[in-house]
Amino acid sequence: MSIALLIEQILNGLQFGVMLFLMAAGLTLIFGVMGLINLAHGSLFMVGAFACASVAAATGSFWLGLVASLAAAAAAGAVVEILVIRRLYERDHLDQVLATFALILIFSEGTRWVFGSFPLYLDIPRLLAGAVALPGGAQYPVYRLAVIGVGIAVAVGLYLLIGKTRLGMRIRAGESDREMIAALGIDIGTLYTLVFALGAALAGLAGAMVGALQSVQVGMGEPVLILAFVVIVIGGIGSIKGALVGAVLVGLTETLGRFLLPHLFGLMMPPSAAATVGAAIASMLIYVVMALILAFRPQGLFAANG
Amino acid sequence: MAEPVLEIRNLRKSFGALKATDDVSLDLKAGEIHALIGPNGAGKSTLIHQIAGSLKPDSGEIRFEGRDVKPLDMAARARLGMGRTFQVSSLAPEFSALRNVMLAVQARAGSSFRFFKPVMRDGSLTEPAREALARVGLSDRANVPAAELSHGERRQLEIAIALALGARAFLLDEPMAGMGPEGSQALTAFLDGLREEAPILLIEHDMDAVFALADRISVLVYGRIVATGTVEEIRNHPAVREAYLGDGA
Amino acid sequence: MTRETAISILFVLALLAAPFAAQAMGEPFYITLATRIAILALAATGLNIALGLGGLVSFGHAAFFGIGGYAAGILVTHAFNGEPLLGGLPGTNQMIVIWITGALVAGLVAALIGLISLRTSGVYFIMITLAFAQMIYYFAISWPAYGGEDGLSIYVRNAFPGVNTLAPMSFFLICFVLLAAGLVLFALIRASRFGAALQAGRQNETRLAAVGIGPFRIRLVAFVLSAMVTAVAGALFADLNRFVSPSMFSWHMSGELIVLIILGGVGRLAGPLAGAVVYVLFEFALGGVTEHWQLFLGLILLAVVLFARGGVMGLVAGRARHG
Repeated sequence: MSIALLIEQILNGLQFGVMLFLMAAGLTLIFGVMGLINLAHGSLFMVGAFACASVAAATGSFWLGLVASLAAAAAAGAVVEILVIRRLYERDHLDQVLATFALILIFSEGTRWVFGSFPLYLDIPRLLAGAVALPGGAQYPVYRLAVIGVGIAVAVGLYLLIGKTRLGMRIRAGESDREMIAALGIDIGTLYTLVFALGAALAGLAGAMVGALQSVQVGMGEPVLILAFVVIVIGGIGSIKGALVGAVLVGLTETLGRFLLPHLFGLMMPPSAAATVGAAIASMLIYVVMALILAFRPQGLFAANG
Repeated sequence: MAEPVLEIRNLRKSFGALKATDDVSLDLKAGEIHALIGPNGAGKSTLIHQIAGSLKPDSGEIRFEGRDVKPLDMAARARLGMGRTFQVSSLAPEFSALRNVMLAVQARAGSSFRFFKPVMRDGSLTEPAREALARVGLSDRANVPAAELSHGERRQLEIAIALALGARAFLLDEPMAGMGPEGSQALTAFLDGLREEAPILLIEHDMDAVFALADRISVLVYGRIVATGTVEEIRNHPAVREAYLGDGA
Repeated sequence: MTRETAISILFVLALLAAPFAAQAMGEPFYITLATRIAILALAATGLNIALGLGGLVSFGHAAFFGIGGYAAGILVTHAFNGEPLLGGLPGTNQMIVIWITGALVAGLVAALIGLISLRTSGVYFIMITLAFAQMIYYFAISWPAYGGEDGLSIYVRNAFPGVNTLAPMSFFLICFVLLAAGLVLFALIRASRFGAALQAGRQNETRLAAVGIGPFRIRLVAFVLSAMVTAVAGALFADLNRFVSPSMFSWHMSGELIVLIILGGVGRLAGPLAGAVVYVLFEFALGGVTEHWQLFLGLILLAVVLFARGGVMGLVAGRARHG
């Protein structure tokens, strides 16, 4: 195990964390403002990936694909919000879970219908194709660095949007007091649609960026969705800051756990057994971290609503 | 003099800059009705919440029958005998009035981990519950779901629940609110007799009821007790007249 | 007898009659379908204790379903290869031992998950139960001793004293009797003191605490009981398919169990059974027409949630009544 390898894994963990943040930010925003638990957020991730892959395949441009992913996910989000989601705000969480679970079935099966069961592939854009040298001599892909950069830019952008703009002020008002916001004469229906579409676009962006790192296929959003849940449970539901901290924590724990635990067990047992045990424990590590954090802070690290 | 049933010393609770409870000390003696009055927003309900355990005070002492109850949660304090009603009725809405009271009977017996005997065929639950309903005059509404009871009936039901708990002190948060004049009079007469069973800490806006019932009155203004005394003393207390009765009551 | 009880009994009798009719008509496949319905209904009846009575929206009951399944798979694997389990105990192919083992392990795991998740409520509870089930799912995938991702085959269906479990009808009857027992247990709990506290906690937690009953312990016990019932169904499911795989732990499974309850009617005695009947028949009928039947399932589910609250039992037996 060299330092270069460790740095590479840390960067991988950061990149994974940043991608989780894009998912978790939308989820937590939607929960914070509308009080809605949206299981179908992973479907919007998938929509983004499929839009990017198919547009990139048709036009030959990853960048057009990226734009398409944002547009498609935001549009899908807005349509779903108007047709279904807005009927759920006043319902209990059980109804929200069920309805959004139904949306997953519809999105997944609909996508399979249109695109078939075979995965699509998305190439890394030429501009970001190379690798840079890390201290210690290893090479690290530029594209993954770019993903980290995008994630940081989105985090800063969200911070500015929510902290400094009129829309952000309305979102914050919506979090604390719905009647107040209605009394201010703000069209709450439009605000909710906007917030939902924004969250969807972030999920779509994450899907498009990840699509170039792995295959684009039906169901790809679900593991990410569940990790995003873990992120916001750790960070505190409704808190963007919590989502960022939680995402990086989960990304690093997951990646470094898979990398380090087999080495660690290798000190105590033969290599093949160490690999097995290490992998099995690593697969549970983030959930153990979640359990530990919840044991001390049941509302997460940065509880937003009391 | 006997030790008070409920003893509150130097209780404080702030929400940000707002001092909702500001160095409050009061006690409740056996056999008395101690009324707590004050303008809206004076912190009366906040005080009850802290006594009953649904809100944690910042500092101060709460002793119930000589025992420090601050470390106990709401359920544990209820088991010690704090029978509490809520300003906004808090009932199991799908359950009938009878089943709401039966829950208290069951809690008093400490027998919630029984899995097989149907409660509706269990006389040791239904009989005491019916008795409590009869005492507050709700017998003919026993089978109506709590959600369908009128506002006043729900207040009566809350008192029936506290009775069934075998409360050793009652904490009643505006029991008359939403009742018609007849209902208020009936409840006043009922509470008058109840003090023999267990003392009552009574928050109430209905001044006729307060003056008719209270052995002592404490006046709470901006989280502070500005005066404590008998009905006569309070009626004539200058600070009270200024702070409270001048408030249009 | 209330109308709900009567309709519930009717559902149960119809399920019992169906395989006999199928056998008489020479369509043994329908016996398997009825068996599947009985097993899923039992799993959902378990969940109904937590979700329907206690209002605990567990999105992780697949964990307990899968634990039951793996109890069957692992015990019988050891019975066949003769290797002792952890702690030197032998394997077994006796269903009764498997059910008890599965239920105990699931109960233990549920106690641990409940200790953490029940300190929270609402959305936190949903997400945490989901996350823990997912943890077990990933563990099952990455632990190669029992097949990892590929799962475990059960070559010969496990045994029950005096019954030829390989005969579809016999196995159906075993599942049916367990479902009936599960329903009786649910009905007893619902009517009991424990059930009263559990349901009151769902309706108004503050009220429960104000009479001196702490909601936490009540819910923890309910969660554990609920998991144990679902685990027994998981063991039966493994025997039905003669196969267990990590997919039994998947969050789709957890979702399906909730769907069964919603389709049938939340907190209703026969809700899970009615839901399982609708779900399995729908899957069977539509699955024969289009491979994209899940799309239509999604649409129907959406319609039920948005427009037909109360499910099948709400339609045929009216609103729920609580004495």
